[in-house]
Amino acid sequence: MADIVVKTEDVVKEYRMGSNILRALDGINIEIERGEYISLMGPSGSGKSTLFNMIGALDRPTEGQVYIDGQNMSQLSQRQIAAFRCHRVGYIFQSYNLLHVRSAHGNVTLPMIFAGMTEKQRNEKAEKLLDMVGLGDRMYHLPDELSGGQRQRVAIARALANDPSIILADEPTANLDTITGHEIIDLIKRLNIEQGVTVISATHDLKMLDVSDRIVDIRDGVVERVRNRDQIEIEIGEVGGE
Amino acid sequence: MQQRTPLEEQIDLPFVESLRISFQSLKIRFGRSIITTAGITLGIAFLVSVWTNNEIGLALQESGRQSTINTFEETTQTGISTKDIWLIIMSLIVCVVGIANSMLMAVTERFREIGTMKCLGALDGFVVRLFLLESGFQGFSGALIGALIGTLGAVLLGLKDYGLDLFFYFPLLPAQPEDGTARLGVIVVILLGCILGMILAVIGSSFPAWRAAKLPPAEAMRTEV
Repeated sequence: MADIVVKTEDVVKEYRMGSNILRALDGINIEIERGEYISLMGPSGSGKSTLFNMIGALDRPTEGQVYIDGQNMSQLSQRQIAAFRCHRVGYIFQSYNLLHVRSAHGNVTLPMIFAGMTEKQRNEKAEKLLDMVGLGDRMYHLPDELSGGQRQRVAIARALANDPSIILADEPTANLDTITGHEIIDLIKRLNIEQGVTVISATHDLKMLDVSDRIVDIRDGVVERVRNRDQIEIEIGEVGGE
Repeated sequence: MQQRTPLEEQIDLPFVESLRISFQSLKIRFGRSIITTAGITLGIAFLVSVWTNNEIGLALQESGRQSTINTFEETTQTGISTKDIWLIIMSLIVCVVGIANSMLMAVTERFREIGTMKCLGALDGFVVRLFLLESGFQGFSGALIGALIGTLGAVLLGLKDYGLDLFFYFPLLPAQPEDGTARLGVIVVILLGCILGMILAVIGSSFPAWRAAKLPPAEAMRTEV
């Protein structure tokens, strides 16, 4: 039996815009296996970021259930949700979302502070993580002193602070140039392979196709189709042959 | 679906950790903190100067001295004039609105930071505590400086009106003259100014911080100022 890490059941999300109700998600059912690299693809406004927020417990669905590791997220207490965000998931955002008042090192240690680690443990781990993403020499720079690619690397190091089992990446390459984008994708893929982290990425970056095990196409708040690895390779071959 | 280890509960952070984070935040945001604090300083300075000026006026009246320049013609012999009450109320309103406004802005521009901290595992209570500490410190230091500036302003104004007599009859301590109006004394006015500034700053920041902390992180991070 497959080890399902994320499962959504008829997830609906509605936003109220004045007197109008916008249905961003209209009954989403997906299952994600442990260790998979999944890309949620779709044009902007398709609902992929909304789904990303639901899976990461960053927002509550209007209807339906989200299960992570077999836990029904709607039944968790506030403290359990905070612990879930702290230990189980690492978030990477399009706009990095670093705290600009804290250095790269300070950003990476923050989730460890929330996890109750000692200062010594935090420093050792932050140094290790920043080294791993290639920022060992810029550890005490503020985010404003770093390039976009470097900031995203800090965000990746921060996402890994408490050894999460899931990495959620919301358009991690959208603000980066092609080469830097590739480097970031390679880095995330490496984590996926070497550390067995499940990667769920919302994107409309075609470069992500290359590394994904499956692609979930979202359109108008529903799952349009799910493609897996072999289908993707054929499509890439077609694009490459043109 | 396999059930993994059940989810643990998020721990509370030691107070000293919150204190360290909030001071770090104040230090690195020094320029912005100064502007917010200046908002508090100005409000309290205005209030305390009007109030102290009034205290000085009352004390000098009781002593039988007349203003060298008779600016308060409508002042009755026994108490505060309506104009003075009006001035104190006005300065109180300016102070409340000014402080609430600067704290509200200072928190609103940090909604994204609040959302991000929650993504990393911060509890709502921790976020509110950070803002409580930051604003408490800003409120107290801003109000203390404001109260001292306000007192100095009132003293200078008093010197102009009453000359050096001011120092002989300076209303430092509370007094209850038999046939005059009860006075709080300048020390109490300064103290009240500090407390008021601190309370207003704490309410003005922790209420919006509490609201932001209650929001799901996705919504807090979406908020644009």
